[in-house]
Amino acid sequence: MDSPSPPAVARLADLPPGASGVVTAFHGDHADTKRLRELGLVAGTRVRALRWAPLGDPLEIELRGYRLSLRRAEAELVEVRPEA
Amino acid sequence: MPSTALSDPVDLAPVATRLTVALIGNPNSGKTTLFNALTGLRQKVANYPGVTVEKKTGTFRTQHGEEAGVIDLPGTYSLLPQSPDEEVSRDVLLGLLPGTPKPDAVVCVVDASNLERNLYLVSQVLELGLPSVVALNMTDQAAALGHAIDAEELARRLGVPVVPMQASARVGLAELRVALSGRLRAPDYKPLPLPELVEQAVESLRWELPNALDLPPSATRAALVLLLSDEQTGRLAEGFGWAHLTPRFRQSRAALSSKVPGWQDDAISTRYGRIGEICDGVLARAEAGADGIAPSRTDRLDGVLLHPVWGWLVFLGLMALLFASIFTLASYPMDGIKWSFDKLAALAQGAMPPGDLRSLVVDGVVKGVGSVVVFLPQILILFLFIGLLEDSGYMARAAFLMDRLMSGVGLHGKSFVPLLSSYACAVPGIMATRTIEAPRDRLATILVAPFMSCSARLPVYALMITLLFPPETASAGAKALVLLGMYALGTLTAFAFAWLFKRTLLRGKPTPLAMELPPYRRPSWRTVGTGILDRAKAFLRRAGTVILALSIVLWALSYYPRGQDAKPDERLAESYAGKFGKAIEPVLSPLGFNWKLGIGLVGAQAAREVFVSTMAVVYAVGGEDEKPPEAEAKPTADAKPATADSGIAAGAGVVPTPKKDEPKPEADEDETRMKGVADAMRADRWPDGRPVFTPLVALTVMIYFVFSLQCVSTVATARRETNTWRWPLFMFAYQTGFAWLAAFAFYQIGRMLGH
Repeated sequence: MDSPSPPAVARLADLPPGASGVVTAFHGDHADTKRLRELGLVAGTRVRALRWAPLGDPLEIELRGYRLSLRRAEAELVEVRPEA
Repeated sequence: MPSTALSDPVDLAPVATRLTVALIGNPNSGKTTLFNALTGLRQKVANYPGVTVEKKTGTFRTQHGEEAGVIDLPGTYSLLPQSPDEEVSRDVLLGLLPGTPKPDAVVCVVDASNLERNLYLVSQVLELGLPSVVALNMTDQAAALGHAIDAEELARRLGVPVVPMQASARVGLAELRVALSGRLRAPDYKPLPLPELVEQAVESLRWELPNALDLPPSATRAALVLLLSDEQTGRLAEGFGWAHLTPRFRQSRAALSSKVPGWQDDAISTRYGRIGEICDGVLARAEAGADGIAPSRTDRLDGVLLHPVWGWLVFLGLMALLFASIFTLASYPMDGIKWSFDKLAALAQGAMPPGDLRSLVVDGVVKGVGSVVVFLPQILILFLFIGLLEDSGYMARAAFLMDRLMSGVGLHGKSFVPLLSSYACAVPGIMATRTIEAPRDRLATILVAPFMSCSARLPVYALMITLLFPPETASAGAKALVLLGMYALGTLTAFAFAWLFKRTLLRGKPTPLAMELPPYRRPSWRTVGTGILDRAKAFLRRAGTVILALSIVLWALSYYPRGQDAKPDERLAESYAGKFGKAIEPVLSPLGFNWKLGIGLVGAQAAREVFVSTMAVVYAVGGEDEKPPEAEAKPTADAKPATADSGIAAGAGVVPTPKKDEPKPEADEDETRMKGVADAMRADRWPDGRPVFTPLVALTVMIYFVFSLQCVSTVATARRETNTWRWPLFMFAYQTGFAWLAAFAFYQIGRMLGH
């Protein structure tokens, strides 16, 4: 159910804390993003943004039942379909 | 040809076989807890040759009572390694590490509450074709989180036995032993399908491999896929003894990258796709709805510990507590150690006839080793803290809080722990950089770690602060402020140089952060305790070898050649160390230092704290070395101070915020001794009658000590950790050079301002 209000595609970096979405694409070259992918951040994965660190970076997210932190630079490479 | 994958014929004889099991698993999967539970105290820690990754091995008894060996591999997320630790794990499984037998079986330790991500590594391991067992650990936590796992079905789908466990409570241990005691079979696990072109490349490479291959077909395929995926193709190929094929592998890799762009990324997605299929119907999570989850303990704690206000308060509080313990709590056992070594020195002094040998034993061996062993309590407290923070899951949070600050200067959130450790001692600090995956970030951290003021500098600071203030006007507050200033100076300089290095020598794209924030757990005393015990053993081993040898060398330099009937200070001036001090005076006089300080700096070059004891000898304070320093000493406050141990005393007695109200007799004695050295130094004059130790010079000495790399152990550790002499020599050169420049600028500007 694609309600018109949330945008169809957003960047993980734009997900407000507490909101979740499904990864649709992960841009960026293999060497830089390999580890994040291996940790389960691949297309089709459901993620939830938890919080930004007090100094504005990095971001804490939840995926596959655990918590991971990544920086804004990488969070901007991840496209998600926000869930209502 | 390396003797790696090809097993020795002797190994095939049935008599000689002893089962060797490797434990592999993600960080935080409870692997070490399982290892401890399995082996009890039958374990030992060593290093893998050539790298400083810790090799933990032990033995256990199988269900049939046979002894079996077990290797605890470093925590690993993937067989495509990103750190030296992970590389070791992969190499052991592939049988590529000389001196470590290829395991007969693998136990994949899996955190049941984090099944999907843990299965990523498991599926990679199963493709290697080694007999494997999955230890489904922490089932209690999975249950608490509402995860239900059908272990039998999981075993069927993975093609290996799955043993539900709770290693911390020793639940499932017997079942794991049974699983390892039966007939070990290769897993019945189908490797992931790869794109057609990749499969073709693997197939054609397979035919080019040497014939005498000890790998089962599945492992050969997996190894080739790793070779094609990994950036370190050359090293891996060499490990297999396929070095001559490296150009072939590279060519194949390049061809695939252009013909099937992104195939490696797709392979990761495919693997997770397979994991999704495996978990479908095996793993049932209660948390179906996004908002329907009751906040877990980790949720609640993160809400506080990562809070913009409370998070920082807790963080700063913990750091303050750590420092307070290192500098106050540790002083009690340190006094005890100092006392024991003093007694030992006195005993040797009394038991031996005067002469070279006695001086060697007393001043060289006992006092030299004692001056280092005295830091053991500080190091243990530091590692107790680090162990507790690590095991509870807080350390990752500290890195999360600090990452922005650290990455601002080009370091990594994980650089925080090594730098923190370096306040106690740069040696464990540099060793702690192993957790930083990005090589450039790791190197930058190593290069600046010695700027953090370690505890060996404290005695030097203490002596100089005593000189800085006239005896009557010394207020504890002002002293503490100067001390704090030195810590701040070192820390800020470390950041500045990190920033500089990341823009020059170590320039490159910023390395992404990918850090797990594990669930909070009650720390296991056993894990923390074993960790501390390992550190203590390693530290004492070093004190008994490298530091012992250095102490003897240093002793000899300040003892020989031996003039007749001279007073100790004259004798020292005549010694090699004294001559050297005079030789380097031209370099030191622009800093306002005389040759006597030069001797102190020479001594400090091996270990900083030696400076104070050397100054005591140079200024002939604390009695002649022919008189037993402690033999006539009653345990009263007026005991005549020994020579070489003033450094110890100072280190133990100094506290950043000195409390004057309740003086201990020990502290009194130390203070008297320190004052004695300081008074003698204060009375020193240049030939023209100017005092040598003006407050300006005292500050200059401190600044020199903040920056200068004067620690052989640090250089040796950096050598081991970077596997080259290039970086430690560079560290030594740039830090000592910068120390000289900074001291020079400070002194000359001070002179111009009329001080």
